[in-house]
Amino acid sequence: MDGFSKSIGGGGPNVPAGSHPAGGSQAAAGGGATQRTQYPYVTGTSVIALKYKDGVIMACDTGASYGSTLRYKSVERIKAVGKHSIIGASGEYSDFQEILRYLDELTLSDHMWDDGNSLGPKEIHSYLTRVMYNRRNKFDPLWNSLVIGGVKKGPKGDEKYLGMVNMIGTHFEENHVATGFGNHLAIPILRAEWHEDMTFEEAVKLVEKCLLVLLYRDRSSINKFQIAKITTEGSTIYPPYSLKTYWGFTHFENPAQGAVGSW
Amino acid sequence: MTGSMDLPAKGGFSFDLCRRNNMLEKNGLKLPGFRKTGTTIVGLVFQDGVVLGADTRATEGPIVADKNCEKIHFMAPNIYCCGAGTAADTEAVTDMVSSQLQLHRYATGHESRVVTALTLLKSHLFRYQGHVSAALVLGGVDCTGPHLHTVYPHGSTDTLPFATMGSGSLAAMSVFESKYKEGLTREEGIQLVSDAICAGIFNDLGSGSNVDVCVITKGKTEYLRNHQLPNPRTYASSKGYSFTKGQTEVLSTKITPLKQKVEVTGGGDAMEE
Repeated sequence: MDGFSKSIGGGGPNVPAGSHPAGGSQAAAGGGATQRTQYPYVTGTSVIALKYKDGVIMACDTGASYGSTLRYKSVERIKAVGKHSIIGASGEYSDFQEILRYLDELTLSDHMWDDGNSLGPKEIHSYLTRVMYNRRNKFDPLWNSLVIGGVKKGPKGDEKYLGMVNMIGTHFEENHVATGFGNHLAIPILRAEWHEDMTFEEAVKLVEKCLLVLLYRDRSSINKFQIAKITTEGSTIYPPYSLKTYWGFTHFENPAQGAVGSW
Repeated sequence: MTGSMDLPAKGGFSFDLCRRNNMLEKNGLKLPGFRKTGTTIVGLVFQDGVVLGADTRATEGPIVADKNCEKIHFMAPNIYCCGAGTAADTEAVTDMVSSQLQLHRYATGHESRVVTALTLLKSHLFRYQGHVSAALVLGGVDCTGPHLHTVYPHGSTDTLPFATMGSGSLAAMSVFESKYKEGLTREEGIQLVSDAICAGIFNDLGSGSNVDVCVITKGKTEYLRNHQLPNPRTYASSKGYSFTKGQTEVLSTKITPLKQKVEVTGGGDAMEE
């Protein structure tokens, strides 16, 4: 009984799995760094991405909330990684900054080999999957859902890659992905309207359609978006812009007119 | 008496796990809450009236209890109501309000109005403080025009141009938010409602099977039951399976004749009153 209660509430990463110290002492007994992200503080909302003819397009809004307050309104949640990939994150923003640091170290040490080869999106995805899963096993997760997209020359020519990893280590590769609320609001649209080899304009239109629905129906999204694309020529993160919203339905004006007490 | 540890193997409630559950709760485990029954129900206002839509799957936890149930309930000849939440609650509350509306029609001699149905529903649900778990999309056309409302289990209502409820509501709402415009024609309205319900059917696990649609206009209501069947059953053989005589090898035959005649001796006892 006591050992069981310890693994749920207490023992930090220093306590090996097999030991059951007598008298259920609390987390501090482990000594040293008992760090765990119990709940996220500054969070970003959904990221959506899809493959198109020339590569991968990714989009998200530029807001970061502190609980229910919209604290930061100009946050870049999509960054380039190496020459071949872009990464977008939702969830705890400080954990995303930490992940970017790990990726920096990774790409730097890879560059120092100076062997003409560079890390592609598949390798970055694999690396991040290991990082996320190992952290989750230590009960100290990086509280993010990450989207990795990129294009790299492979044996069959230019291979487009789009994958996702979340905080517990679930990872997969798909033609279109979304995190957070995007799973419920954007994926139905993407499943119905995505097709192979879309042009850039078509892809942007589809992404904007999803972003607009998220703006209307996700309380933590804001009307300031960034779109990023990655092709064989490299990554481009476009400057932020807003979408036009429509509020002119006749039913929105004076809804209680026909039914008193109704909203 | 034998030792107190001798609990009966069957029957009665076993309190063995209560101490463990209490300990888990104290350590931060959240016990599972009530599951929302899966549904996608939608409604929208088009130029001549309202279109209501619903999927046809009724679930009991992870099992599909009814593959083709009817979620669009009759309220009045010009008013229909889609129901999500506990099936018994939606059935009972719509039935009750439908009867009240009919009595009201006899008393007034006029066609029922949507606000009447709305007020009856919301006051009933508010009185029960959310314990009657019925989330409804109410739509109809009366002398004042077409109306579409949503009613929540606690008794609040919304008046909207397009509405979705149920576990598949986000998938259906994403279709509505991206494609709805005012002044849709009847065909466009039916198509949009079908698309929204299909989004719920294919993207939400709690919704499935077929699409029911109901079109209400001034003076005419069309209930299109199973308007779309996007989940057909596919057999390996289109004719089904036929088993001809001689296909199964007979190993042995034993025939036991039943008694041909049954004789009743003497008068039986008279039946007890």
